[in-house]
Amino acid sequence: MNTVTAPEYLPDTPSSSPTMRHFRAEKFDFWSFFFSGLTGLATLFILGILATILLNIIVNGWSGLSWHFVSTIPKKDFFDIHTTGVLPMIVGTTFRVIVMTIFVIPVGVITAIYLTEYASNTSIITRIIRAAVNNLAGVPSIVFGLFGLGFFINFIGKNLDVVLHNTNAIWGQPALIWASLTLAVMTLPVVIVATEESLKAIPPGLREASLALGATKLETILKIVLPQALPGIMTGGILAVSRAAGEVAPILFTGVAYYMASLPSHLSDQFMDLGYHVFVLSTQSPNIDQTRPILYATVLVLLILTFALNIVAILIRARVRKKLRALG
Amino acid sequence: MAEILIPKITPPATAATAAKSAAPLIEIENISLFYGASKALKNISLKLDEKVVTAFIGPSGCGKSTLLRCLNRMNDLIDNVRIEGAIKIGGHDIYSPDVDVIELRKRVGMVFQKSNPFPKSIYENVAYGLRLHGVKNRGELDAAVEKSLRQSALWDEVKDRLHSSALGLSGGQQQRLCIARAIAIRPEIILMDEPASALDPIATTRVEELILELKKDFTIVIVTHNMQQAARISDQTAFFYIGELIEFDATGKIFTNPAKKQTEDYVTGRFG
Repeated sequence: MNTVTAPEYLPDTPSSSPTMRHFRAEKFDFWSFFFSGLTGLATLFILGILATILLNIIVNGWSGLSWHFVSTIPKKDFFDIHTTGVLPMIVGTTFRVIVMTIFVIPVGVITAIYLTEYASNTSIITRIIRAAVNNLAGVPSIVFGLFGLGFFINFIGKNLDVVLHNTNAIWGQPALIWASLTLAVMTLPVVIVATEESLKAIPPGLREASLALGATKLETILKIVLPQALPGIMTGGILAVSRAAGEVAPILFTGVAYYMASLPSHLSDQFMDLGYHVFVLSTQSPNIDQTRPILYATVLVLLILTFALNIVAILIRARVRKKLRALG
Repeated sequence: MAEILIPKITPPATAATAAKSAAPLIEIENISLFYGASKALKNISLKLDEKVVTAFIGPSGCGKSTLLRCLNRMNDLIDNVRIEGAIKIGGHDIYSPDVDVIELRKRVGMVFQKSNPFPKSIYENVAYGLRLHGVKNRGELDAAVEKSLRQSALWDEVKDRLHSSALGLSGGQQQRLCIARAIAIRPEIILMDEPASALDPIATTRVEELILELKKDFTIVIVTHNMQQAARISDQTAFFYIGELIEFDATGKIFTNPAKKQTEDYVTGRFG
């Protein structure tokens, strides 16, 4: 074993002296090796699961994917691989996510602004709101679906029909708008929390500087705080989109249709949905083996669509960030 | 301790101030400030004349920054703060209920310890306050931005990159930009909270020169930990200790012949 020799400029100390002991290579430390190995294994495990899922879907779904598949409105019997298509489901899922985003971002951002900028942290009301937001995040999604049915369709929708003197139920039935609003309620906590975090991250010095120049609180929020918080807000939006795109339970009673012969054209229309279609394909098929390729292809389309929606949002966020850095 | 509470007002030695009217611009009358139950400022009275540089000195936690932030009501932003007494600027109590805080902050600008330019362009930083107060005309904005940048001795360094980000400036430049931003809206008073404490000696010198230059147009109140700085740039100095005003006098007197033992100990570096 090599002994550590002191450099020449150090006084010649025996290597066993207490001051030198620190600089010598310690003996093999089992626990530090064990724990670093454990963290590595845990990471590998997660990556492995993710890779398995993705590979399984891509390998099995790739063959079913074709331009015909993604651009066709299927006939009522959509279990035949040669004639079926998922265009209405792509359209339905895309629109419900976009309509949801339009509602959830403003409401979530305004709530977060109230909580961080206006509400006193110690007041009972603020605490109740915060607790409500946190609990909202923990509610099972099927409960949101029931809430949407009870509140949006049976209460708001039915009353809207009464007020508008509609003889047939137009709003008082499952519709794209109600499914989107239900999803918006479900993803509200995500947007609120992300916005709050990005608002809190803005240096208080910037707010002070603005106020000291005679800006009102509102001017400070609009001109200084919000532009800076925009990337964080968009992160919240991206998370909300990711969560909502694959959700089925909240739209089950509020807007999704088993089959529609045409694309949705109005907010009061029902719609077909990729996630729900996966459920239909896997439970309603007369011949499971024959349906399996369609199922895989549909799941692959859902994954690609979710990624695409995310990538669009991420690209917009990158542009905003770049603009903020360059000028603002 | 009554004699501490009513400081004698010695007219500052400069010729510029001698010509001014007798009425002081800022009158701090028996101000006490509480954070919850603890009393951070104890019955402070001070009178500050127009176009004079006043330094607030004292050890950390003595209340000098707190008092400074009373002058533009920045303490309003903190929960649980209660203020007793009156602060009059130009004869009006700024804590009376009819005072428009926005208007007050237009008249009393502030420069902070940590330079805090907005993440906008240099031009937009200076124009921010002007835009807030309704200036829309491009020519007017251009002129005001140039004037403010010239006055803060920054123009020559930034005139070719007015529209690039303020965050690309050096620390000293950023602080001078913050000064330019403050003076752009033509306040009467500029409050400076340790404006050079985060700067290197060269940048500090530039800021100090700037303060002496600004004195011609503005009344300046500066909080500083740097004794030499107070001696170099201020006309009068107030020494605070644990929330009390110990002594207030012409700077020359505070540093050479203070009336109180405590002041002498502090300025000579024996404590603090």
